[in-house]
Amino acid sequence: MHEMSVAQNLLATISAETAKQKSKPIRAKISCGILNAINDELLVEAFSAISKGTRCEGIKLEIEHKPMRGLCKKCGLEFEVDFSKCYCAGCDSTDFELLEDAPLILEEIEFETG
Amino acid sequence: MKVKVGKKILSANEQYAEQNRKFFAERRILCLNMISSPGSGKTSILTRTIDELKDKVKIAVIEGDIQTDYDAQRIKATGADVVQINTEGACHLSAAQVSGAIEKLAASKPEVIIIENVGNLVCPSAFELGESAKAAVLSVAEGDDKPAKYPALFAKSKVLFINKIDLLSLGAAIDFDIEKVRSEVYRLNKKIKIFSVSAKTGKGFDGWCDWLFEHTKQIR
Repeated sequence: MHEMSVAQNLLATISAETAKQKSKPIRAKISCGILNAINDELLVEAFSAISKGTRCEGIKLEIEHKPMRGLCKKCGLEFEVDFSKCYCAGCDSTDFELLEDAPLILEEIEFETG
Repeated sequence: MKVKVGKKILSANEQYAEQNRKFFAERRILCLNMISSPGSGKTSILTRTIDELKDKVKIAVIEGDIQTDYDAQRIKATGADVVQINTEGACHLSAAQVSGAIEKLAASKPEVIIIENVGNLVCPSAFELGESAKAAVLSVAEGDDKPAKYPALFAKSKVLFINKIDLLSLGAAIDFDIEKVRSEVYRLNKKIKIFSVSAKTGKGFDGWCDWLFEHTKQIR
């Protein structure tokens, strides 16, 4: 349940960004790699709990999960890694390297208009 | 109106981690972040390692637990310096917590600091602490499907202990295929160094202690 820590950091990041704007933030888009192990439901719940009474209350979170990419050393293919199989999607080789996992990023904030 | 941001959400933690990394580099301290499920034997591996390297390497420990100082007491009994952090509910240590602890340990000039993270196979691996390497522990009793089910830790670690190998003598009763674990972990992580050990009997500790001794000397 590290989603609570992530939610706290997310609230701080959004708050810092929204301080520059006059209108109310209504939606935030975040992205993360699979190794961040983020459960959407838990993150949304944690964020909603800690943002109560702040300017960020009611923000709708949109969470994009970026798949793990692997690079096959045999055929050179860059592919999406399926952890239950763990071999190259092109040539079935197990000789591949995991590429860097995407970090947790606050991509975009949407504000109320008018 | 949409505003592009593109900022790392865990940047506050990363800043502390970077400070810790500098702290270790300036003092030439090797720092390991030890991560596993509860009950895999992290503390037992630590106490045996400290005992075996007593005259060769000065090791200090940071203990992370939700509650109690039980583990810190076990480390203290070996004579090594230890700082306990109680997270009071949080399932992982943060770089800020570690930064406070390393200040306290610095006076006695350790060569190695081992952080025993809160027992949890998922969350701790998402938070950098400034460590030189992550060391995962998987015990035989947990089952051989864990690397496939919880890939993050195994993909990110430089060292893996397969602990409690004394239980392998139970054969079918324990149901743990060590070769399957090795090959699955190597698929995720080609560079990982795997030590099969028993913290109970001491089996396999020679290889691990040599590794730790050599890596400590390399940076001094």
